[in-house]
Amino acid sequence: MKHPPMAEPLTLLWLQSGGCGGCSLSLLNAEDPHLYDTLALSNIELLWHPSLSEAGAGDFIALLEAITGGRQRLDILCLEGSVMRGPGGSGRFHMLAGTGRPMMEWIRELAGLARYTVAIGSCAAFGGITAAGVNPGEAVGLQFDGARRGGLLAEDWRSPGGMTVINVAGCPVHPGWVTDTLGQLALGELDDQELDEFNRPRSYTDHLVHHGCPRNEYYEYKASAEKAGDQGCMMENLGCLGTQARADCNIRSWNGGGSCIKGGYACVNCTAPEFDTPAHAFLETPKVAGIPVGLPCDMPKAWFVALASLAKAATPERLRRNAVSEHSEVPPSSGGKGT
Amino acid sequence: MSRRIYGPFNRVEGDLEVQVEIDQGIITSAWVNSPLYRGFEQILHGRDPRDALVYTPRICGICSVSQSMAAARALAAAMGLEAPENGRLASNLVLACENLADHLTHFYLFFMPDFAHRSYAGRPWHAAISARFRAQEGKAAGEVLPARAAFMHLTGILAGKWPHTLSIQPGGSSRPVEPREKIRLLQIAGRFRHFLERTLFGGDALEDVAAIDTLQALETWAENHAGSDFGRFLLVARDLNLHRIGRACDHFLSYGAYQEGERHHFAPGIWMAGKRHPLEPGAIREDVTHSWMQARNGPSHPLEGITLPVADKPGAYSWCKAPRLDGHPMETGALARQLIDGHPLIRGLVAESGGNVRNRVVARVLELALLVPVMENWIRTLRPREPFCVHASLPDEAESAGLVEAARGALGHWMRIRNGRILNYQIVAPTTWNFSPRDADGVPGPLEQALRGLAVGNNGHDAIAIQHVVRSFDPCMVCTVH
Repeated sequence: MKHPPMAEPLTLLWLQSGGCGGCSLSLLNAEDPHLYDTLALSNIELLWHPSLSEAGAGDFIALLEAITGGRQRLDILCLEGSVMRGPGGSGRFHMLAGTGRPMMEWIRELAGLARYTVAIGSCAAFGGITAAGVNPGEAVGLQFDGARRGGLLAEDWRSPGGMTVINVAGCPVHPGWVTDTLGQLALGELDDQELDEFNRPRSYTDHLVHHGCPRNEYYEYKASAEKAGDQGCMMENLGCLGTQARADCNIRSWNGGGSCIKGGYACVNCTAPEFDTPAHAFLETPKVAGIPVGLPCDMPKAWFVALASLAKAATPERLRRNAVSEHSEVPPSSGGKGT
Repeated sequence: MSRRIYGPFNRVEGDLEVQVEIDQGIITSAWVNSPLYRGFEQILHGRDPRDALVYTPRICGICSVSQSMAAARALAAAMGLEAPENGRLASNLVLACENLADHLTHFYLFFMPDFAHRSYAGRPWHAAISARFRAQEGKAAGEVLPARAAFMHLTGILAGKWPHTLSIQPGGSSRPVEPREKIRLLQIAGRFRHFLERTLFGGDALEDVAAIDTLQALETWAENHAGSDFGRFLLVARDLNLHRIGRACDHFLSYGAYQEGERHHFAPGIWMAGKRHPLEPGAIREDVTHSWMQARNGPSHPLEGITLPVADKPGAYSWCKAPRLDGHPMETGALARQLIDGHPLIRGLVAESGGNVRNRVVARVLELALLVPVMENWIRTLRPREPFCVHASLPDEAESAGLVEAARGALGHWMRIRNGRILNYQIVAPTTWNFSPRDADGVPGPLEQALRGLAVGNNGHDAIAIQHVVRSFDPCMVCTVH
């Protein structure tokens, strides 16, 4: 079979700093096709990835020098993990091994050279878990500091290819969010219009985690779970933010069919800036006068309260009982047919 | 005498730097530096104790479930909870899935690609090994990635996703299993079994591999299965004498893996001076003499430990603390686990040549053969429609610990709760043990010992033997310091 001539591949360099490596590991879960085929089919050449490449120390540092010296073209820089600025702005909480230089400085220099810079995961995008609480590492995102614009790179920073940092947020990312975004870049079809207000790809943030939620019927009738393992809706008591969280987790499957909610636990809104430090326990819904503080996206509070009380009054016995049970105690009725 | 710095090490999880002193081509001394500090123990201070279930898995994307398990155990101990059988089985399955996927990833993607390196171009096996294992390009990756992802579907069902699940709860699992899902779980485990038997073990049943009981039997097996991936490794290991490099302190530690009622499937203990002894977690201390950490009066038990970084500290060279048991550095991992549990092959290999590069890899591969049949059995034992989780409220005051075995070895969480909040949370991870810096007595950590005496010649960064020794521990640097 004859293939059409390919354009020159896009070169990709992947670096890790203040994170857990979980986004890379999630990426290895890519299926049909697997990761290496996906990259090849998008015409992306992996120059180096810390977990996957053969080149160690010397060859890797030589590669960095070739990029900074202009001898190696860099199309896409992916950073996984936050930028570590501490202690006291020195960047010494992460010195890139073998170079005696803070990773923060390498990132700044390479981002100035790469056509596009992509933040992989909520840490690289916004600071994420590494920036939680007192933020001991002075961790920050590439172009955001939590929800505030301007991180390591200034608010008005643009890459040589004319884009802001592209924030593939998530903790971890779904492999498809990364490969779709890289694919869009390779096609030349990722522009400002395709990014949302936090510069996340709209390909997945135009959805809510609520979309496709398997507990939708419980949600409709406000039949709520009370403890871990219950089948009911987890919004009222167990801290679930699926009706506010911007991601397609229940449309796109994780690990062959899963999602957080399908795993029996709350969505913690991990694609959002500052998800990492809620003012309450993660798995408990904060309430005022018995009403959850966070309401579903775009829903007027008065309407929600009115609909919720109406729905509660109409909850079928089946849902009321099954909502607080690990297993279906009452099956759906056969609608008058049969006995 | 010359000094040389190696790093960054790729195909390990996280960033690592090793400084060595070389005399006539032989390493005389090594200093291991974990160059990244994030501060999870500081982040956890003051939070609701249950939030440890969200934060601690995110210490590490490759040991995520074992961090969940340790946190859930520590919380369960504080709450006085014991998970029902289903919850215990489901958690064991999710942990085993992670641990085995990690062993597989280590073997195929992290460790074996080193033998495709140009410095082995003269070896008779180099062309075949390169074709099979070269990083990114070798044929094996195209088989392993889909097999690994398909095996992870087990975690997709039982825990929603991997990494960073919240299904593992103090009282069991938040994910009850439906009757039909048992069938699906069995199919996933069976499919993984077939992949291992066909690809890694050259057609042998897992049970037959697990029954290999002596070095002699292993060598015979390797010759009869030269076309299998495990056989390929064993033949390369013999050619390069991988059992003669990377020997560390030969003190081993295992917290015991996979609870089955009162006991563990792989027993806890320590191994010193050629004998097994009971585990005394009270004898653990963390020394910070050579860590960029605030020191107190001598080493502390983790319940009393503090974590306050100090970037300018004379004599310090790593963010990693130095855990010691009864004052001794300890090696931990699959080799320690199987040695202490008493697998005859591993007992024999360690008696013959101690902890070394070959033996560490053999123990990991052996666990793949040992554990998949156990997982199949756990799945069969699940009782859909019976409880998966029990519940209790959290006390305002408590001190507790959660000890588990991650793929890389002994992982412990220690927690003090005051006024319903986390007062202190301390984590000692497997690679904290294995890659610890020196202690107050100047005793080097296990990797530092394992590198001493290694011949590296004058090859600079091409000194591939260092790579084998470092990777034989399957280091996880993000866990190490956290």
